[in-house]
Amino acid sequence: MTELASTEAPAASVVAETDDSTARLHRTLFIAIAALLVVAPFVAYPVFVMKVLCFALFALAFNLLLGYGGLLSFGHAAYFGMASYVSAYTAKHWGLTPELAILAGTAIAGLLGALFGSLAIRRQGIYFAMITLALAQMVFFFSLQTPRFTGGEDGIQAVPRGKLFGLVSLADDRALYWLVAAIFMGGLLLIYRIIHSPFGEVCKAIRDNEPRAISLGYRANQYKLAVFVLSATLAGLAGATKAIVFQLASLTDVHWSMSGEVVLMTLVGGLGTVFGPIAGALVIVAMQNYLATLGAWVTVVQGVIFVLCVLLFREGIVGVIAKAIKKPL
Amino acid sequence: MFELLGIPPQALFGQVLLGLINGSFYAILSLGLAVIFGLLNIINFTHGAQYMMGAFVAWMCLNYLGINYWAALVLSPLVVGATGIVIERFLLKRIAHLDHLYGLLLTFGLALIIQGLFRNQYGSSGLPYQIPPQLTGGQNLGFMFLPNYRGWVVIASLVICLATWFVIEKTKLGAYLRAATENPTLTQAFGINVPLLVTLTYGFGVALAALAGVLAAPIYSVNPNMGADLIIVVFAVVVIGGMGSIMGAIVTGFSLGLIEGLTKVFYPEAAATVIFIIMVLVLLVKPAGLFGRPA
Repeated sequence: MTELASTEAPAASVVAETDDSTARLHRTLFIAIAALLVVAPFVAYPVFVMKVLCFALFALAFNLLLGYGGLLSFGHAAYFGMASYVSAYTAKHWGLTPELAILAGTAIAGLLGALFGSLAIRRQGIYFAMITLALAQMVFFFSLQTPRFTGGEDGIQAVPRGKLFGLVSLADDRALYWLVAAIFMGGLLLIYRIIHSPFGEVCKAIRDNEPRAISLGYRANQYKLAVFVLSATLAGLAGATKAIVFQLASLTDVHWSMSGEVVLMTLVGGLGTVFGPIAGALVIVAMQNYLATLGAWVTVVQGVIFVLCVLLFREGIVGVIAKAIKKPL
Repeated sequence: MFELLGIPPQALFGQVLLGLINGSFYAILSLGLAVIFGLLNIINFTHGAQYMMGAFVAWMCLNYLGINYWAALVLSPLVVGATGIVIERFLLKRIAHLDHLYGLLLTFGLALIIQGLFRNQYGSSGLPYQIPPQLTGGQNLGFMFLPNYRGWVVIASLVICLATWFVIEKTKLGAYLRAATENPTLTQAFGINVPLLVTLTYGFGVALAALAGVLAAPIYSVNPNMGADLIIVVFAVVVIGGMGSIMGAIVTGFSLGLIEGLTKVFYPEAAATVIFIIMVLVLLVKPAGLFGRPA
């Protein structure tokens, strides 16, 4: 106790200093990402970039829960896919404008997250993962058995992209791109803010030592549920946007392999790093594009990456970089 | 012919039987998961793939080597169990000191690899496996027709489950196993080779899954995806039962299969989800699971 007190003052100033330089670095990175977003549609195929951005947001949302809440959800496809269905359905059958359709999908994902989250946090650790997976499988069967809503095996196809606020047509890929880029950037900034807020600090404390956080008077379960709902909502935002971009919502989006994919993206990019999931999503989506002709081999390659990451590369791409420059990213 | 609640007894008992068969697979698989989890602290996501491998090895034995069902019933678990031992020695051992989520991710990756490889080789349409000639036909029980093979699966599964229970709860080897589950360091200090026990336990759990696969082969077609969805249901079974008790896993497995079968008769729309719904109810009422110890 005394030891801690004596080193507190100098330690605090060192922390402040590194915090400052880290904050500067992060600010630079945000500007770099924004610049990349502006350049990207001119150098790459916009639909590809939009796909990366949707999955990056999905992985960011997932990482918020696993990396900062310490909760491994193996059923995030439920929120992603359900939001995708709701957004596609409302845009196609109710004629909602794209921003309202995306909001509707996101809201439903948030509600579903609140419902499933309150069940899953009743158990810890490995059980938590199994419960989220089982609940997501229930959503999958629901989607399979309600073809009037989901279109069954066909999914909801030919979703109209519509006009943003009823004014700007999004039929052109470039026009839609700016909306997707704005949603992604907004999501990233929000997640960054959450992680670095007092709320985020408490979540990290609970992740690292739950009994201690409880003994300090924090209601761990409320924090866990809140971070779960936030994560599900943002995953829903990604899924709803994806439905508008590809004009499609299908069973793939709610299948457990989608839950596995988002885990893989986060793992490859760097678990518990702010920017890692973006790198991971880029790598995995690019890989799927190049390997698309290989059919079932894609699954094998993904499995191999899983195994290699767990055995040899647990920090992920961004985690390794962060270690090299000795700053959290 | 009499009717029960408007359902012809043939259909009712047929589904009850099918439910019992599914239940016996749930029981064997969740038993294996529980044993592995107890000692390795890993949720073996590869379990479904290993169940599938069991069925495939039996199919290969028959079609490539001409080895019949009865020999495959012994051979297939041995072969698949051996691959499990290799996985444990070369992969799982390396991450034993890490957070258990890495075990889940590693075994998930392995499941993807195994299922992908089999899908590449054999497609996903499924391969037929004949019922062994000794068990074709069936018995007319008056109220229903009992196919011999289905009866055999239920009885064999019960025997397997009870034998596993007996070994773990009543023998010296089982005592070592339980001791190592409780406190591996202390058990090792008493001169028991815990790493060997861990390897053998994983091999045994995997062999159980493979055995279930061989039993399933003649009922369901042999398909690379046969274990992928099943394992998720088994996870729900494990959440419902809790992994603390061997007998609990057996009872939960069989009864959930039975409930699922009955749901297929009375409300088929919910048949695929009834186990998940029960899981939700159990989580609300008794979060630790029916046979679990509160954490």
